[in-house]
Order: sequence, then structure tokens, then C-alpha cells
Amino acid sequence: MAAVLRLVNRGTLSSAMGQQYLTFSSAPKVQAVGVRAGQALPERVKIVEVGPRDGLQNEKTIVPTETKIHLIDMLSASGLPVIEATSFVSPKWVPQMADQVEVMKGISRIPGVSYPVLTPNLKGFQAAVKAGASEVAIFGAASELFSKKNINCSVDESLQRFNDVMKAAKEAGVPVRGYVSCVVGCPYEGKVAPEKVAYVAKRLYSMGCYEISLGDTIGVGTPGSMIEMLEAVSKEVPISALAVHCHDTYGQALANILVALQMGIGVVDSSVAGLGGCPYAQGASGNVATEDVVYMLHGLGIQTGVDLSKLMDAGAFICRTLNRKSNSKVAQAVCKL
Amino acid sequence: MGNVPTTVKHCLSYEQLIQDYPWLRRWLLLEEKTITGHAYPKFVKIVEVGPRDGLQNEKEIVPTGVKIQLIDMLSGAGLPVIEATSFVSSKWVPQMADHSDVLRGIQRAPHVQYPVLTPNLQGFQDAVAAGATEVAVFGSASETFSKKNINCSIDESMLRFEEVINAARERQIPVRGYVSCALGCPHEGHIEPSKVAEVAKRLYEMGCYEISLGDTIGVGTPGSMFKMLQSVMKEVPTSALAVHCHDTYGQALPNILTALQGVNIAKVIEAGDFICSALCRETNSKVARAKGRTL
Repeated sequence: MAAVLRLVNRGTLSSAMGQQYLTFSSAPKVQAVGVRAGQALPERVKIVEVGPRDGLQNEKTIVPTETKIHLIDMLSASGLPVIEATSFVSPKWVPQMADQVEVMKGISRIPGVSYPVLTPNLKGFQAAVKAGASEVAIFGAASELFSKKNINCSVDESLQRFNDVMKAAKEAGVPVRGYVSCVVGCPYEGKVAPEKVAYVAKRLYSMGCYEISLGDTIGVGTPGSMIEMLEAVSKEVPISALAVHCHDTYGQALANILVALQMGIGVVDSSVAGLGGCPYAQGASGNVATEDVVYMLHGLGIQTGVDLSKLMDAGAFICRTLNRKSNSKVAQAVCKL
Repeated sequence: MGNVPTTVKHCLSYEQLIQDYPWLRRWLLLEEKTITGHAYPKFVKIVEVGPRDGLQNEKEIVPTGVKIQLIDMLSGAGLPVIEATSFVSSKWVPQMADHSDVLRGIQRAPHVQYPVLTPNLQGFQDAVAAGATEVAVFGSASETFSKKNINCSIDESMLRFEEVINAARERQIPVRGYVSCALGCPHEGHIEPSKVAEVAKRLYEMGCYEISLGDTIGVGTPGSMFKMLQSVMKEVPTSALAVHCHDTYGQALPNILTALQGVNIAKVIEAGDFICSALCRETNSKVARAKGRTL
């Protein structure tokens, strides 16, 4: 019941008019406008699309392999530079990702686009490489309780496990992206200390991850807590190696992304159509929608390389298949589900 | 810093000084600034527009008793300003037909304002008769929107508002001014920031104590919000400005944050639960949904 939210009366807008509003979001001639005088936002932002993995993993309906492949191909066509394709985790734990090998082999890879896959352990890494993966990702947590409940071991133990993956990846010349979850809050521990996040991020970076994605797993962050956390982490890891993975569970994602950009971060994770709910808050949303992020970035004159229209087609496709409404407000506004 | 003597450490590093003696911050009259150099306001006044602007755009007609209960629950949540109703002709806005009953029926909390919309002198007089102590007028930064919405040009609407404002001044009733289509118009498209500034200035000079700048179709993004505010702030003092951001494209919070650089959330959620039950619809608030308050 926020004071400033309301739905525009849809009856007054046709879908053709809705398309016209996308022009508000493209400002190719406008230079990146500092939100405050003297505040330089990045000119380019790399979007890491996590819909096919993080998104679908949190959807109840099991999606057929061909649908996953078609979704990834549509996302590739929209210009996204990085698309998280699948996860080489045991299908016992994550049935949605059981078709990991077929998906990897089935997608049409666009030159210049990365298709990282999750590899929680050495076995997963080996299977991934065999299936053709050329970039992998590992996940650490900034919360001890979350680590124990999620992957049954402490944070330090999990980082030890990843050592094997890092070593093998280095030998194979495969870049590794590191994720830190619960960077602002934990569903079990509550508030997470920024120093702990910095510690885990630093460990992953020193182990050899080229980029560390900081995830507000339960979406409780607000601009203030985001800044506090980023200040601590950026003392240990260079800003150019940091990314933010904001969840929109409390509607704060775009505001949090904006402050991260103001601090110089140039990589943002998001999920097409806002796929992937929050497993810790029934009925709540999870990932921030890529369409909404792109709308904001383009409105600021920041380049992403993404064609918003084609991105929305991909979102419409997956929502039709999943028989669900898009979580993207841009998609809803333009009446594409 | 290794074995450097403390006093030297403090000379070399201001951050070190404040870290070791946090109480010094107050003595040095320092502003708390974040690393990005923003000083956010310590207090933000939230103007709750749900009972009027919100309900006006809901298809179902809400019973008077429900409207009154909603406003009372919002008053209980500590909101300082709650837009109660609109004294517009019930022919045009049937949802607001019970304006007098609503205004008379609510429990007014002390120190809370209950402004009502008054599009013309007739509406103003009805509002005063029903006990209104603050009113609001709506201008537009877009000529086409003005003509399509209230059937007259911006200039003509300003003349109407002048009558209301003059009548309000005689009774010492404060008037809030709204400017719609501040970041885009459904008919004209892009709106020049200078036009928004011009309309805001006119309303302010006529006597409105506060101007609420509305992104009516929610197309704004932080960049366009910043440009528009820059323009308006040349003509109207910042302390007299408010933002009314629509979330149509999910941009409202970053836009508000851009504008910004003691509401009890639990109670606001209860009020939100209540009206959503009454309307049989899901809440649009993500916070409410996250707290498990779906319908």
C-alpha cells in the first residue's frame, strides 16, 4: 500500500501505444547522466542473464529441454553478452537442471557471448567441460547458517571444495565466476556483517575467480545497506571485478542497482521476466526482471547491447510456456504478459 | 598503519581519527555522508494518496464505510498526510460520489492532514462545507493531456485554480498543487523539463504551498527525473517540491531515490491487507507480498 504505487488504467492505452513508450527508454544520444552533479555512471553495463538457470531453477514447473534451448537462443538474439545456461548439479537435488548436457549441446552459441554454467564440485566441473562448457561458476555464502542449511557444510569447508574446481579450471583455461549469497541478509541469521561478505569475496577472488557477483538472496537490502556492504567489499576486491545480483522480493532491486552503479559497479545480474520466485517468502518475487533493468539503464543513456524488444519477446515466450504472468513491470506495461 | 604513533596516525588519516574517537564526529559538525557523497534527508514526509488517487482508478466502487475504515487504519499507521477524497462531479468520477460522507465520517488524528481535491470553485465550496482543512488542485505539463482530461487548456485551468486558491486564501486553507505528465504524456510523448518548471512556477506563485511533480505514466528513469528536477528547482524551492512517481515500468523507487538523494510498516501493511480484501485483489506492494500478505 505504498503511497506512490498505482496501476495505470489499461483501458486508456493500446498495446501499440505501449510500444511507443519503449522510446522513453532509449537515449542513444544522451551521455550517461550522473544522477548527481559530478557523479559519473558507467557508460556501459554488462548484464548477466540468469533466467535460464537461476530463474528456471526456482520455478515449480519442469520446463522441457527444447523450451530451455529456445529460450536461451532467443536471449542470445537479444544481444545479452552473458547467459547462465544451466547447472551441473546432481539432478537428485535440482530436477529442473537434469537435462544439463542436452541443453549445453543444444544451444546455438553466438560468438562473443558467454554461456557460464554452475559447477558445485569437481565432478560437476568435469561433466560441464565434457558437455562443452567454456566458463563455469561457483557459489559461496556470507552466512554460516545458510551455508550449512543449503550445502551442508561451513563457509570455509565450501571454499575448500571449490579449490579442486579452481585448480582444474585453471589447468583447462576455463574462467570461473564466483557468487556470494546472503550479502545483506540471511533467512536464518538475519543481518549479515559486511566484513564477512568482504572476507568471502576476497577468498573467491584470490582463489582465481575473475568476477564476484554479490547476491542479496532474500532481497532485504536497501540502498543504505547495499552501500555499506559494497564499501566493505571494495576494500578487498577491485570494483571492476564486482557485480550485483539484487533480488526484488521487497521491490528494492532497481534502487539498489542504481546505488551500485553510482559506486562504479558495471555488471548487473538479472532474470528475464523476473523468473524465479523466492523460496524463502511464499508468493514473493525473487530475481529482478532484466527488462526493467534494461529500461532503467537505457533511460540513463547507459549502453547494454541489448535489444529490449527482442528481450521482451523472450520473456513473453517463457511466460506463455510456464503459463504465468511476467514479473517485469515493463512487460506488463507494454501488455506482453 | 603498523607502528606509527597514534597522534601521527590521526594526522595522516581522518578516517582513522573518527574510527578511534567516534564522538568527535558531532563536535566537528560533520554530515553523515555515504561514500557516494549523498546526504539523504533525515525525514521524509509521505503523502498517502491511496484513498483518493488509488481508489479512483479501481474499477469496483468501494462502499463509504470501507473507505472510512481504510483512512482510519492509515491514520493509525502514522502517515502525516492522507488524501481523503475528491470534490469532483460524481458524473465524472462515481467512485468519489460519497466525498462529503467520507470526509465527515473519518476520525481525524491530530497532526495529520486530510487534503481533498477541488478542481473548481464549486468543488472547493462543497469541500469546505464538508469540513475540509486542506485542498489540492491538479495542473498538467502537457496541453493535450489537459484538454483530454479536464477539457481545457493549461492556461484556462490555471484561471480556474486561481479562483480556488484565492477563495482558499481567504479562509486560510492551504492548497497543494499537482503537475501531471512531468516526465512524459500518453498523447504528446516527451515533455520538456522547462514546461514542467513553468507550470510548477505558476502554481507556486499563485499560492500553492507545495508542488507534487507526477510521472503520470511512469515512463521516467533516474536520468530524466534528475533533468526535470534540475529545471524545476530553478523556479521553485526544493523544500516546496514533492515527487509522485508511478511504478508502471518498475522505475518508481530508483526515481524516488534520485529525488531524495516515522511510518510503522506493519500497520501500513495491515491497512493494505484490509483494502485488498475489500477489493478482492492482490496487493501491488512487494513488501506486503514478501511478508506473506497475499490475498
